[in-house]
Amino acid sequence: MQIPVQGFMYPNEVELQWSVLIVLYPFLTGLVAGAFILASLERVFRVEEVKPTYRLALLTALAFLLVAPLPLQLHLGHPERSFEMYLTPHRSSAMAMFGFVYLWYLLAVLVLEIWLDYRRDIVVMAQSTTGWRRLLYHILTLGSTNISPRSLEIDERAGWLITVIGIPSAFLLHGYVGFIFGSVKANPWWSSPLMPVVFLFSAMVSGIAVVMLLYMLSSSLRREPIDMRCVDTVAKYLFYTFVIDFSLEMLDLVHRIYEADESFRSLDFMVHTRMYFSQVVLQIFIGTLLPITLLGLTQVLKLSPVIRKQIYVLSGCLTLVGIFAMRWNVVIGGQLFSKSFLGYTTYKMGIVAREGLLTAIVLSVLPLVFLWVLVKLLPPWPKQNSGALPDATPAH
Amino acid sequence: MNITRRRMLVLLPAAAVAWKYVLAGTPEASPNYDMAEHWWAMLIDITKCIGCGSCVRGCQLENHVPDGYFRTWVERYHVEDWEMEYPKVDSPDGGKNGFPVAKETGGKNFFVPKLCNHCADSPCTQVCPVGATFVTPDGVVLVDQKYCLGCRYCVQACPYGCRFINPTTLTANKCTLCYHRITKGLTTACCEVCPTGARQLANLKDPKDPIHEFLRTHSVQVLKPHLATGSKCFYYGLDGSVR
Repeated sequence: MQIPVQGFMYPNEVELQWSVLIVLYPFLTGLVAGAFILASLERVFRVEEVKPTYRLALLTALAFLLVAPLPLQLHLGHPERSFEMYLTPHRSSAMAMFGFVYLWYLLAVLVLEIWLDYRRDIVVMAQSTTGWRRLLYHILTLGSTNISPRSLEIDERAGWLITVIGIPSAFLLHGYVGFIFGSVKANPWWSSPLMPVVFLFSAMVSGIAVVMLLYMLSSSLRREPIDMRCVDTVAKYLFYTFVIDFSLEMLDLVHRIYEADESFRSLDFMVHTRMYFSQVVLQIFIGTLLPITLLGLTQVLKLSPVIRKQIYVLSGCLTLVGIFAMRWNVVIGGQLFSKSFLGYTTYKMGIVAREGLLTAIVLSVLPLVFLWVLVKLLPPWPKQNSGALPDATPAH
Repeated sequence: MNITRRRMLVLLPAAAVAWKYVLAGTPEASPNYDMAEHWWAMLIDITKCIGCGSCVRGCQLENHVPDGYFRTWVERYHVEDWEMEYPKVDSPDGGKNGFPVAKETGGKNFFVPKLCNHCADSPCTQVCPVGATFVTPDGVVLVDQKYCLGCRYCVQACPYGCRFINPTTLTANKCTLCYHRITKGLTTACCEVCPTGARQLANLKDPKDPIHEFLRTHSVQVLKPHLATGSKCFYYGLDGSVR
């Protein structure tokens, strides 16, 4: 397949190395970090308004975190060797160390926190269900069936401590993804000390947006009223985080324009031509300025709950589009220009291919399937709503 | 199975033929080569390069480089007057078959052979998550093909565009400085076939190597010096427009 090239590329640069799957990877990881940080608002900072989203946010984080390594595995030339990253990690490699950050976050933070939070419910369900569910819940108790008040109090304290450790871990998880790109000095589009911070805030934005949308969607599916106090608070946090995120991105942009180093002319040309739609239209206008304006309106105007809900759904969806576009522009945009700054290549995404569109769609839907299973196994809402959880309420 | 004399007579020649292939998969021993006495580099004299592409062809034949990928290539620059930031550059098929007659008139034309710079502080080895790519004690950047994950991070990290993913092995691939040759006392394939001597392999640890005299008496430059990669490809006659 002939790849259209404009100007001069080093001959090995014409073919893009990182595909849409690598776009998906920071997008999914960002949702994890953001969802967890939202959950921690309730647990650590005692923001009671967001309580209805707490467990859903944790399960969302887990569902996305379980899928996050799949695009990487599918992308590797030799996925069967990927375990070598754990056995013989190269300590100077950002990517190698990220494997440990991921494992730490998955096992020491997220799974442990969910288990502690659900332990009481799991024990209750192990006693009240039958068949394979009973067996499964018995296994999930890990032999810890004491749900005395004292025991639950210890759970609560341990859970709090893990959340406190979890916040910097979530920061580390996504800040580190930014570092993987930001530390590549060969690529001026990526190389920036702001990259980890921008990735972190954009992660928080996307994670908060996805939990807000999932909460509203799950409430309407369950025919339960949406707690407006909750979504108003979540939307307020989304708005503030988004403003910080956008300011950081603009700071990066202004810095690049003002400094105008040797790469600037090439990057500027790229943004105004082949990346105009994804960067300017999709990321900045549709995916950032529009949702920020909409969310800002809800902060200054007194709107009816119906209007507010519609605005939240619309701005949440636009936010996810904007953050996905941001990941696309970083990953794909960073490979469209030559490191000689003299030419541009083209990204041609396959449809039915190992790293094609279809795979990306499946990997995007898969976390929702995982979440559905997790919600069925560990209902995140109180008993009276699900009818499946006798005496099961959050332990705290 | 009983090994009869007749069977043995049939098997022995077959085994002898097979043995050659067994040996072919084993690296040749280099008993007289001492890594500690070498620190490999390359000197490229741009004023001598005629853009014939012999080096590209020689490299591809010697190292079985797949079509469309390059361990070494040649670029042709055309710079008009003072606009050094806008050189016109081409490298049709990596310059493998030479270059068509230049369309531009006026200004200056010159050829720049490129290859892995075998950087002492190489960004590509820094980022490899498993250490599959490494700098040898004698200063050559190599890739362990049996260990590489094919994550492509090193390809992204190389500022010079010298790495690619081999479409057959799905692992990172690059110039090895013909390590299988230079450890036997031979020069690289590209240096061997260069008709003008524009490329010279050099051992920086050998005080008698002519490169020392050359470096002392000529103005030389490395590519993208601001990236501080410790490049060991020294260019004589490098124009400021070259990226």
